[in-house]
Amino acid sequence: MKNTLIPIIGLEVHIELATKTKLFCTCSADHFSKKPNTQVCPICMGLPGALPYTNYEAVISTIKFGLAMGSTINLFSKFDRKHYFYPDLPKSYQISQYDLPFCVGGNFAGKRIRRVHLEEDTGKLVHETIDGVKSSLIDFNRSSVPLMEMVTEPDFHDIESIISFLKDVQLIVRYLGISNADMEKGSMRLEANISLANSEQVIANKLPNYRVELKNINSFKFLEKAASVEIKRQTEALEKGEELVQETRGYNEVKQSTFSQRSKADAHDYRYFPEADLPPIELSELIIKNLQLTIPELPEQKRVRFEKEYELSKDFANILVSDLDRANYFEEALRQAQSKFGQGATLSARTIADLMINRKLDQEFPEPAGLVKKIIELTSVAYSSNEEVENAVKSVLIENEKAVSDYQTGNGNVIGFLIGMTQKKLQGKGNPQIVREKLLEGIQK
Amino acid sequence: MAKLSKADVTHVARLAKLDLTDTEINKFLPQLSQILEHVGELGKVDTTDLTPTSQTAGLTNVLREDEVKPSSIDQNGALSGTNKTHNGYFKVDAILTERSDK
Repeated sequence: MKNTLIPIIGLEVHIELATKTKLFCTCSADHFSKKPNTQVCPICMGLPGALPYTNYEAVISTIKFGLAMGSTINLFSKFDRKHYFYPDLPKSYQISQYDLPFCVGGNFAGKRIRRVHLEEDTGKLVHETIDGVKSSLIDFNRSSVPLMEMVTEPDFHDIESIISFLKDVQLIVRYLGISNADMEKGSMRLEANISLANSEQVIANKLPNYRVELKNINSFKFLEKAASVEIKRQTEALEKGEELVQETRGYNEVKQSTFSQRSKADAHDYRYFPEADLPPIELSELIIKNLQLTIPELPEQKRVRFEKEYELSKDFANILVSDLDRANYFEEALRQAQSKFGQGATLSARTIADLMINRKLDQEFPEPAGLVKKIIELTSVAYSSNEEVENAVKSVLIENEKAVSDYQTGNGNVIGFLIGMTQKKLQGKGNPQIVREKLLEGIQK
Repeated sequence: MAKLSKADVTHVARLAKLDLTDTEINKFLPQLSQILEHVGELGKVDTTDLTPTSQTAGLTNVLREDEVKPSSIDQNGALSGTNKTHNGYFKVDAILTERSDK
């Protein structure tokens, strides 16, 4: 019998925080397409004698994210130095967090979170041939920009659930307003640890004795492809009876295959030790409680509320909620429509959602007011005023006593006749919903 | 006390990106062992009643506001320590190896 192999996958997600300044100095952190080495200082260039000074906003952003992931916040945490050599790392160590990260544990979208910590980003390398010589160019504008890292437990077994999880994470980050999490600009970067477990390992709840790290993935599509070819590669190797090794692999888009970047021989040895230049950080339960209060309505809660409060379909609610700007646009348009027409007017929540989603009217009108105006034009029925309706209803009720008493004795169908009579008086210009409301009000009086 | 092997020395050398000859390894092996032994003296201190610490200043929460301030150096200043530059970048020989970490 062929052994069933189950993918065991854990994720690492790096998110560059959208603070104004870098993590340890007051240089601007907004580094995207700026002139090289123009947003640097002795601290982020690692010059001798420079001392880091922690940006509290970055700490707070990390903790907010941790709270949204259901993590426990460490009331005592510190930074550590992680040592390795690479030209984009000016100090030859990265200030990160080792044994006492800001956030530990947690559970999000049904997946266990291991930790969320804060570290500094590296400089940026550009590879170029200059005067016939292959060279690497270094820009330190990105050096020391706050980078938050979340690590999950190996709770994923298929690619689809990875992608949907990551999209949810990206959305939460945007709702929290702590980063744009824009993959194209590198403010969200992904890594996946992949191995395959056989039936015995699954039954014994044991992890395989190796794992392959897929690094430097900068789009969901890329991750989808890279992970699926890697799972295929591992499946084929294991079926042939080969042994897989612990290694880091990159993905070659052109060849549609993964390639080894580093094997077990160069296993991590970062010689972590406490960053003596930065005193530890102590937080109180009170601070955490207050931070919890600043967390806005998150996508899942909004989804549920939209379905319930506005009676939107699951699809509509999902589409609107997956873009915070769009969700806000929808609610603003609805608010404006209701203040114009009154509650329960023809411009229902569903109509607005439909015009936004199926006719993309929100793209045509950047302001909700424009959309509302357009809808009025589209429907272009100049409805009779409330006063006109009320007068018409009054006389209809007087002129049709029999129908009214029929209604009162239980013949609900009569209402249609009364609506027709009222519309006749209004020359068909009555807003059917309002006419109905006013009639019912009148009958009950 | 710690007795280092040749493999330990090679490993440490590789982490420090140093290429050592056999003669150098043999020379550094006893020296490194001695250094470790010396530091190992600290193990004799009775620390039962001491709280572990990662610092000596006794401070906590040295934090700042998120406000941009002009840097003390501009691009010229940043690049002034080297003459290997190109269009405002630092220039180094092509890095062929993949980084060992992001």
